[in-house]
Parts: sequence; C-alpha cells; structure tokens
Amino acid sequence: MSIIKTDKLVFEYIRRDEDGNVEGITRAVDEVTLKIKQGDFIAVLGHNGSGKSTLAKHMNAILCPTEGSIWVDGRDTKDESEVWNIRQTAGMVFQNPDNQIIGQVVEEDVGFGPENMGVPTAEIWQRVEESLKAVGMYKFRKYSPNKLSGGQKQRVSIAGVLAMHPKCIVLDEPTAMLDPNGRKEVIRAVRALNDVENVTVILITHYMEEIIHADSVFVMDKGKVAMQGTPREIFSKVEELKELRLDVPQVTLLAYELQKRGIALPDGILSIEELTDEIVKYSRSHGERR
Amino acid sequence: MPIILDHVSHVYGDDTTLAVKALDDVSLVIPDGQFIGLIGHTGSGKSTLVQHLNGLLRATSGNIYFNGQDIDDEDFNKKELRSKVGLVFQYPEHQLFEVDVFSDVCFGPKNLGLSKKETELRAYDALKKVGLPDECFYQSPFDLSGGQKRRVAIAGVLAMKPEVLILDEPTAGLDPKGREEILGQICKLKEESNITVILVSHSMEDVAEYVDRILVMNHGSIMYDDVPKEVFKHYKELEEVGLAAPQVTYIMHNLKEAGLSVDENATTIKEAAEEVFRALTERTRLL
Amino acid sequence: MLRDITLGQYYQTESVIHRLDPRVKLAGTVIFIISLFCFHNIWGYLCAALFLFAVVKLSKVPFKFMIKGMRSIMFLLLITVVFNLFLTPGETVLTIWKLHITKEGIRIAVFMVIRLTMLIIGSSLMTLTTTPNNLTDGMEKAMSPLKLFRLPVHEIAMIMSIALRFIPILMEETDKIMKAQIARGADFESGNIFKKAKAMVPLLVPLFIAAFRRANDLAMAMEARCYRGGAGRTKMKPLIYKRRDVAAYLLLFAYLAGSIVVDRVPNMIAKAPVEEQVITTAGTLAETDLIDLNGLDNIQD
Repeated sequence: MSIIKTDKLVFEYIRRDEDGNVEGITRAVDEVTLKIKQGDFIAVLGHNGSGKSTLAKHMNAILCPTEGSIWVDGRDTKDESEVWNIRQTAGMVFQNPDNQIIGQVVEEDVGFGPENMGVPTAEIWQRVEESLKAVGMYKFRKYSPNKLSGGQKQRVSIAGVLAMHPKCIVLDEPTAMLDPNGRKEVIRAVRALNDVENVTVILITHYMEEIIHADSVFVMDKGKVAMQGTPREIFSKVEELKELRLDVPQVTLLAYELQKRGIALPDGILSIEELTDEIVKYSRSHGERR
Repeated sequence: MPIILDHVSHVYGDDTTLAVKALDDVSLVIPDGQFIGLIGHTGSGKSTLVQHLNGLLRATSGNIYFNGQDIDDEDFNKKELRSKVGLVFQYPEHQLFEVDVFSDVCFGPKNLGLSKKETELRAYDALKKVGLPDECFYQSPFDLSGGQKRRVAIAGVLAMKPEVLILDEPTAGLDPKGREEILGQICKLKEESNITVILVSHSMEDVAEYVDRILVMNHGSIMYDDVPKEVFKHYKELEEVGLAAPQVTYIMHNLKEAGLSVDENATTIKEAAEEVFRALTERTRLL
Repeated sequence: MLRDITLGQYYQTESVIHRLDPRVKLAGTVIFIISLFCFHNIWGYLCAALFLFAVVKLSKVPFKFMIKGMRSIMFLLLITVVFNLFLTPGETVLTIWKLHITKEGIRIAVFMVIRLTMLIIGSSLMTLTTTPNNLTDGMEKAMSPLKLFRLPVHEIAMIMSIALRFIPILMEETDKIMKAQIARGADFESGNIFKKAKAMVPLLVPLFIAAFRRANDLAMAMEARCYRGGAGRTKMKPLIYKRRDVAAYLLLFAYLAGSIVVDRVPNMIAKAPVEEQVITTAGTLAETDLIDLNGLDNIQD
C-alpha cells in the first residue's frame, strides 16, 4: 500500500488587502498526483518557490488542499477527526533548527511529541532513549539545545519526530541552513533511519548531492511535478535541470562536459569513483583499439 | 587601501572560566583589489576575523592597520573605517527595516552624513549594481523574494562605497540558481569597480572559480593562504579538518593515479573537462 | 555584549538542589523572599546570607557565574541606592550641593542593597537549578487549583517555558542585528534620548519581524508534533514528591522560623536580657540547617 497518495492536489494561497478583499491568488501546488511507497527514500527537488514546501505541509495535514485530495496511510487529510493520527503517522522536520526545538534540554524536547500523544511516562523514556540513539545524539541528552551545532540540532529534531513512531518522516529542507559537515551528519542520520528502521523518508532539498541515494526523485516547478525518476535518470537531463533553476553535482557536470566533447560515457554518473572508473575504462578500450 | 593584521588574537569571555580563543595569532596582508575566499567550517574563527576588519570587534592582542593607521588608536575614526570596509552579514535580509527598498538602501549613506542628493544617487547606483529591477525600488522589502531581499541588503552596504567589501556566506539558504546569480553579480561588481572583495564561505566549490586567493581557517588560525590551485593540493589535509576540496580535485587526482597524464591541479569544471579530453585524445593519437 | 546576561539561565550540573521538586524550589523562593522582608536588623540578614550561601554551595553553581549575572542589574541597584541615600529624610550626615545624605538614608540604602542582592541571587538560583520545563511544570501543578476559575494554567505555563527557551536566541539575534546596523553606520550610543529612541528603529523592526517569524514557525512545529493543549497530555517527568522534598520543606520552615527569631532576638535582649537563652537555640538551629542539608547531599549520592 502507498503511504502517501495524492490525487490532483491543488493548493492556492489567497492574498488579501487590508479590507479583506481578494488581491490575488497564487497556485502553489497545481494538480499534483503521486504515490509514495512505504519504506522508500524519496527526494523532492525544486528551486525556491516551486511549491515543494507547500506540498510537504500537506503530508502532515498542516495545510489542507484547496482542490483534490491527499491520503496519508489511507487517511484523507480533509477528515478532521483523523488529523492527529495523520500527524503521528507522518512526522515533519523543518528548515530552521532553532525554530522547532521546544525543550530547553535535549531529552525533554524529544519527549514533547510522545507527551502530546498521551504515551505513558515509562514508555516516553524508552522512546526518547531509542530515538536519540538512532540519530547518534544519546550522549547529548542532558545538553541545552543552544549549545549544539546546527547539524546536531537537526538530529535532535529528527529524534523528536522518531519518538512519535511515525511510518513516514517528511524533511522540509533540513540542511538549507547548515554547513557542509552539518549537512553530511543529517543526511547520514536520515539514511540510517530509512535503512535500519525502514521509515519512509521524504526529503525536500535543493542540494543535489543529497539525493543520489534516493529510490525516486520528484522535481517540482511552478507547483507541478516536472520530472520524476531515479537519481540517475534525473541527473542525465543536465540541460532540463538547469532550466528548472537547479544544478547537478560537479561529477555529473564533468561527465556531461566530456560527453559534449564526444567522449562516450554513460548518462547520469553520480559519484567520483564511478566517473574515474568510466574514464579509465574509456581510455583503455580506445587505447587498445588503435 | 591595504589592511594589515599583525599577530591578532581574540578571546571570547576572557574574564570567565569559559574563555574561548577564537583567533589565534593571525597575521596577514590584504592588498588592494584582491578577490579573496575565506574558508573554514563553523566555529573556525572566520566570522570573528572579518568583524575585526571593520572594528566591530577589538583584538584581545595584536594590531590591525588600515591604510597604515592602527584602527584601535584613540583618534582613529571607526565610523569612517566602517564605511570603507563594508561588511555584509549572513542572512543580511534579516536586517532590512525601512518601508521601501530605496529608503533602506539610503540608510547607510545617510548615516555617513551625506547630502540628500548624494545619498539618493548612491542608493540608486548600488541598487543598479546588484541588478535589482527598477520596479522593485519602491516596494516594501518584505514583499520581495529571498534572492531579491539579499540583493537589497548587499546594496545597503555597497551604497556606502566601501573599498573593501566583505560578504559572510552570501549564498546561504538560496537555491542553486540563486547562488549562481548572487556570485555572478559579486564577480561583476568586483571587475567593474576593482574593490577588494572577501568572500566568506564554508564551501570550496562555491569560491574556487572566482577568487584569486584562498585563506583557510581552522581553530582560529590561518591554515593555508595561497592561490586556489596550491590550496587544493592539500585536499587530504583539508578533508581531515572537515573541509572538502571541490569534487573535481578528487577526480583529477584519481585519474592521475590511474595512470592518465592529466594535470591534477585543474579546479574548475571547464579546466578539468579540457584536461581530461586532451589526455584521452592524446593517448588515442599516440597509440 | 548582550549575551553576557546570565541572570537566571539554567546551569547544567548534578546537585541536590537540581534534583528537588520544582514546587519545593518555588515555595523556597517565596519563603526566602518573605523572610527578607520580615527582617529588621543585621542578624536576620546574616541568617539569610548564611542560608543562601549554604544553598548556593549545595547547588554547585559557581559563585562567579552568579556574580556575572548580577552585573546586568547593577544599574538598578545603583538607582535604588541613590534614591534612598538622598531622598530619605532624617539626620543629615553629609551635604553635596543641594542634596542631603541622612543617617537613615544610609541605613535604608545599605539594607536595600543587601535585600535586593539576596533577593536576586535567591530567585535566580531557582531558575539556575531548574530547567524551564521543570519550572513551568511546577508552576502548572502548583497553580492547578486555579483551573476551577477558568484560568488557562497549562497555556500560561507553556507560554512561559517557550519564552524562556527563546530569550537566549533573541538575545543573540539582537546582538547580530545591532552589529549589522553598526556596520551600516548606525549609531546606538550618542545623542539625546529622542535621538537614541529613533536610532532603535533599525534594530527593533527586524527584531520584531524575526520574533514573529520564529513564533509562526514554532507554532507550526508544535502542531506537527501533535500539540493540542494540555488535555490528554502525559508527562515525561511527572512531579512526585520524594523524601528529600519533604525534608527540604521542613528545612525551609525551620529556616523561616529560625531566622525570624534570630532577627527579633537583639530587640528582645535590649528589652529583657534574661532571654539570652534564645540566641543559642536559634544559633544551633541555623547550624543544624547546614548539617542537615549536607547530610541530604550524602544520601543522594
């Protein structure tokens, strides 16, 4: 069964002037239909303002569709009685690490979700411990969040969601405000979650390096899904990506530049090792032929 | 005008048990017209360093000279220094406050005590330089897109006509295209006005293409200070301190090890592509 | 510059005081403050100082850390001193220009400083040793009878806890915006009061916008984590009184009674020298306070 399913999902932001009259309507999400399988690692790409964050907020029932529907684990988000179940099923991590940590001590923050759900005290402690261990932050459990680095704060946020035992976790640009080390930390934690705990991950980002391990990639533009496929398929379309205000990793770009110069390399090369191997292979085969 | 740092150290919380040495005996010369990339991970001391250059922070020990004058001298005009050394902070759009874009950019020159005419002229000039379309000039800065807001904030500093422009993470939080646009604009600015530009970043890849000198900071001191090519030669050491060289560097080194006759010092995609192409075609021709 | 304010920020360490139930600490703070206002002479204050010193020692919060926090309120203290010194009528000791310093003024000023200093150290000790969440939990529980009067007790507690969490963040933000505007030639220091007020605009507007942005984000994050008010919520750290809490309550009342007695004793002696006996009793009581508290620490470890 698909964990998240949308059918012609539309969301419109309505801007009003001071008297409450409608000034204009912006269609942030425009007839998006997609299905996400339980246990997958999904990446959603798109430039700022492409509608990817708006789409993400639907998965947690923070926003409700203007038209069309979205089902989370079979529950329609329009059904108000299901809102809390949906939020528990699909947890959400946001961009700014400072604006989502509620507790003044790491462990108290991780316990916040289970507390809200009415989980018994002993179990909260157990969940907090498990979640903090899963993201490698257990030894920081007594720390004040203000003393942590950006990457560590985001891992605490992830633990906070994990403690609610969700089936799916939606990360809305969790690395946009982090430095390269912090980004690596967070992505490593997210991947472990997907591999080990089998939690469905929906990672929204504009950093290309972060999506190479995804099972499937959606590229959004103007509220629509502009491209969909495996990372390899997506990265083989260098020109199209550029038109969508995105770029590709340097490796892929270098391979693409070589292809343009007539070197026959496979499409959508993703890693440094892969490119090195391919170039060496090319040089051997061409060297031997003549 | 050149800036000289002579054995500068800075300690935060000097009087408490929690003292942190943010800058540790830094000496360097920043000559006119250079384009410098200042690289280091969070907490390496790069932000502390740049705040010394315009006198926002005072060195705990050591001296800083701007145009031959010690900036900590009693009679040194700090306000003038701040107009000559413009500092754009991280997420500068968070400092916008005026009702419209144009007045916000006027804030800097107005503080310098310039005439209304001169102030407006400079604001207009600065907004043009950052490539903001005319129709945005009288909009509220809060109605603009993220990238545009950032341009306005940069213009706000440019309008003071600095001789040295320091930008702390000017691309943070922008999407790839936005990053490219801002960096491109800064480059153009550099070429047109020939001011000194210091680009603070934690990403080598972002700055490699543009700058002619890279300063790598680690634990409050300068680890490397050289042209990009020379700095990237230490890609293994860089990785140890949590800074990666551009992917291209790794590929070129791998290829060299695999026996291809490439110049491993290529840093940009274009250079690398040409180099690999040359090596591959040469090899086929030779054999 | 602004981040130097450590007044009342939680200080992470392990101590008996840290482990006490927040309700005990709340009651303790209230009792301590009441006691300060009951005193009439130096003996009472000495008693309070002794008590405070014992608690600070037990809390393992470095004294330096507290003194540093005090710096930010020096100005307030100074104003109090000046007002009391010059505006208390009585026997003039010294005249500076048109202002008279009176004997009573000096007395009141000195007591005021002692009282305020201890009051601030005493109450900051509560926030220094209690995590804001714990503190608000304590308040929520202590105030829960007020729910009957339709007071949104849980919400008030939550608002307080969030406010405490965001104070350091907003401080840092203020510092940063200030620096950024100074880099654009802003001047926050010179000029008269009107000019200074006007100079605050470039600081306050971005600060308010930032605060609203954060509030908005936080509300969304809380909702996303199933927050829906106090009903049906369980506690990760429920408040249950332990033996040490009962002991602490007893000690508190012993202190209150003891210190008031000590405070009154000299007066009584003046009236009737026969009652000298009481001093020693009170003195030993104060000593037992210390011993008991130390003993408690041993039990915990």
